[in-house]
Amino acid sequence: MSAPLLETRHVGKRYGAMTALSDLSMTIDTTRPAITAVVGESGSGKTTLARIILGLTPPSEGQVLYRGHDMAGLSGRQKREFRREVQAVFQDPYEVYNPFYRVDHVLTTPVKNFGLASSRAEARTLIEGALRAVGLRPEEILGRFPHQLSGGQRQRIMVARAVLMKPKLIVADEPVSMVDASLRATILGSLRKLTDEMGISIIYITHDLATAYQVSDNILVMYRACVAEAGEVERVVKHPQHPYTQLLISSIPKVSTTRDWLEDEGEQKAAAAPSAIGCRFVERCPVAMAKCATTLPPLYRTEPARAAACFQYEASPELQAGALDEVLVKAHEVV
Amino acid sequence: MNAILKVEGLRVEFDHALGAVKAVDDVSFALNAGERLGLAGESGSGKSTMALAILRMIKPPGRIVAGRVSLDGEELSALDHEGMRRLRLAGIAMVPQGSMNSLNPVMRIKAQLADAFRDHGVHLSNAAFEARVAELLRTVGLRPEVATLYPHELSGGMKQRACIAIAICLRPKVIIADEPTSALDVVVQRHVMETLARVQRDLGCAIILVGHDMGLMAQFVDRLGVMYAGRLVELAPIGEIITRPRHPYTQALISSLPSLEARGTMQGIPGLAPLLRELPPGCAFHPRCPRAEDRCRAEKPAVREVAPGQRAACHFA
Repeated sequence: MSAPLLETRHVGKRYGAMTALSDLSMTIDTTRPAITAVVGESGSGKTTLARIILGLTPPSEGQVLYRGHDMAGLSGRQKREFRREVQAVFQDPYEVYNPFYRVDHVLTTPVKNFGLASSRAEARTLIEGALRAVGLRPEEILGRFPHQLSGGQRQRIMVARAVLMKPKLIVADEPVSMVDASLRATILGSLRKLTDEMGISIIYITHDLATAYQVSDNILVMYRACVAEAGEVERVVKHPQHPYTQLLISSIPKVSTTRDWLEDEGEQKAAAAPSAIGCRFVERCPVAMAKCATTLPPLYRTEPARAAACFQYEASPELQAGALDEVLVKAHEVV
Repeated sequence: MNAILKVEGLRVEFDHALGAVKAVDDVSFALNAGERLGLAGESGSGKSTMALAILRMIKPPGRIVAGRVSLDGEELSALDHEGMRRLRLAGIAMVPQGSMNSLNPVMRIKAQLADAFRDHGVHLSNAAFEARVAELLRTVGLRPEVATLYPHELSGGMKQRACIAIAICLRPKVIIADEPTSALDVVVQRHVMETLARVQRDLGCAIILVGHDMGLMAQFVDRLGVMYAGRLVELAPIGEIITRPRHPYTQALISSLPSLEARGTMQGIPGLAPLLRELPPGCAFHPRCPRAEDRCRAEKPAVREVAPGQRAACHFA
C-alpha cells in the first residue's frame, strides 16, 4: 500500500505561551474522497490546522508527512508536486486578485508555471473546463476585471483555479464567510460536486456549523486547540456527545415559530482562561467532574464513526493516536 | 399601539455619473414603542443605508431626497445640525456593524463613555460617573474593571457589549443595531443578543435589528421588514413571515439559510442582486423569481396591504 497523501503525527503549534493547536494526529487518505469540515470558534485552532496541512506554517511539535516523506525535508521536485496536489481556497475573494489584471491571469499563471498545457488552445480548453466544473460560464468570466465580477463569482474562480491543478485535496478556509448568504449554497454546492464527480477530498474550515452540516461527510469540532468531537456529520449534528458540541448546536438560531433561543442569561461562563492541564471546556461545562479540571480527556471512540474527548464516555475505548481518520467516513458511506 | 418612530416615504439617492441611484426607494413603516423590528435583505438591498438615513447620517454623494422621519412625534428634518447631533445617541442610538472598528482604539472604554455624556451635556461628579460606568458595564454583562481597558484588550463579544453600553448610556427610545453579531461566533452571539433583549426590556425602548440571518430574525424580532433593491417588499409579524411568506424573495431568503434539520436542503437565490443603477423594469426581483410572469416584467408591484398588519409588494401576494 502506498503512503497516504498527508499524515499529521502529534502536530501542535505554539506561539510563545499560547497553544494554537495541540497534539493532532490524522491521516488524509485521498483514495477515499470526502468533505471533512473543521468547525470551531475563533482561536480554536482550525486555521492553524489548515496552514499546517498546507505547509504554510511549520508545526512546533510533531511532523507532517506528505506521501510518507517529512514535509520539512522535501526535495524541490516533491515540494512542487505537493503544491500541485494540495490546493488552497482562502476566505477573501477580493484580496487575492490584482485589480490591474484580468481574472484570466489567476488561471493562466498556474497553467504556465506547472506546464499543464502544451498550447494556448489546450490551456484555454483546460481553463474553460475548470470554470464549468464550478458552475461558471467561461464567456461571462474570461476577459473581465475583478471589479466586474461579484464576490461569489470571484470565489468560484478561486475554486476553479484549484481544480485546474487536478488536486487530490483542497483546503478551503472559510470560503463563504465573506459571500452573501444567497450565494453560499452555490459555492458550497460546487465544492460538493468536486468531491462527488472528480474525487477531490476537501477540508472545509468554518465557524458555521450549519453550512458544515449541509455539505460535509465528516466533521471535526475543535475547541481551544483540541479536537472535542469527530465523526460522521449526521451523527454529530443530530446527536452531539461533547458538551461543547451540544452548546454550539443549541446556540444556532433556527427559523421556527418556536422561540426558545433567547433565555434569561443566567450566569454566563464564557471567556474564562482555559485550563492549562484539564479539559479545555471545564469552566463552561455543565457536567464537569472533579477529574476534568486536572486531566485532559483523550478521544473516546463512542461509536464506529464517532469520537468525543469527554470523560462521560470513559467506558468507550480510547481512540489510538493517529486513528482519527478511522471515525471519518468516505463520501456517501452509510453508517 | 402607539408608534415611537415613524418613517414615511423615505428616499435616499446617491449621485452617480450615470444618473442618480435610488438606494432607499419610498420606504414607510412605523416602529411601535418597545417593539423589536427586523430589517432583512442581501448586501446592497438598502437596509444599512436606511438605518443611516433615519439618523440623517447619509454622506455625499448620497442624500435624502424625500420622506419624513419622526421620533415620538418630533419631526427630525425640522431639527438643525446641533439638534440632530443631540438626538443621536440620546434619542436614537446605533450599535454599529463590526464592533471592533467602531470603538476608538486609543481610548479606554471609560473615556469613550465620558465622551458620550459630555457631548450630550450630562455633567456628573467623578464618583457619580464612576458609579454610572460600573452600572452600565454590569448591565451589559461586563466586569467594572473593563472600564479601564482599551478595545484591543477585549474579545469580540466584550467589544460588542461595550458598544451596547455606550448605546444605552443616555437611555434612548430607539436602538438601531446593524448586524451587531455578524462577526461573533454563535455561542457569543446568543449571549450578546440575550443581553440586548434584557437591556431593551429594562429601558422599555424599541429596537431595529438590521441583518440577513433569518434564524436570528425568527428568534429575536416581533415583526420583520424585507428589503430588496431599496424597497421594503414585505412587512409582517415574524410568525406570518415564517409560516406564510408573501413575497417570493422572502421565501428565497428563508430557503438560503442552511438548516440543521435535513442535509442538502440549502438553496441559493438564483442570479445576483441587481445593480441599483440598472434595475430591471417591472418588479426588480423578476429575473430571479420562480413565479415571474409577463406582468412582473412590465408592471412594478405596489406595496399593498395583503392582510391586516401585513404588507407586500408582489402581484401574487
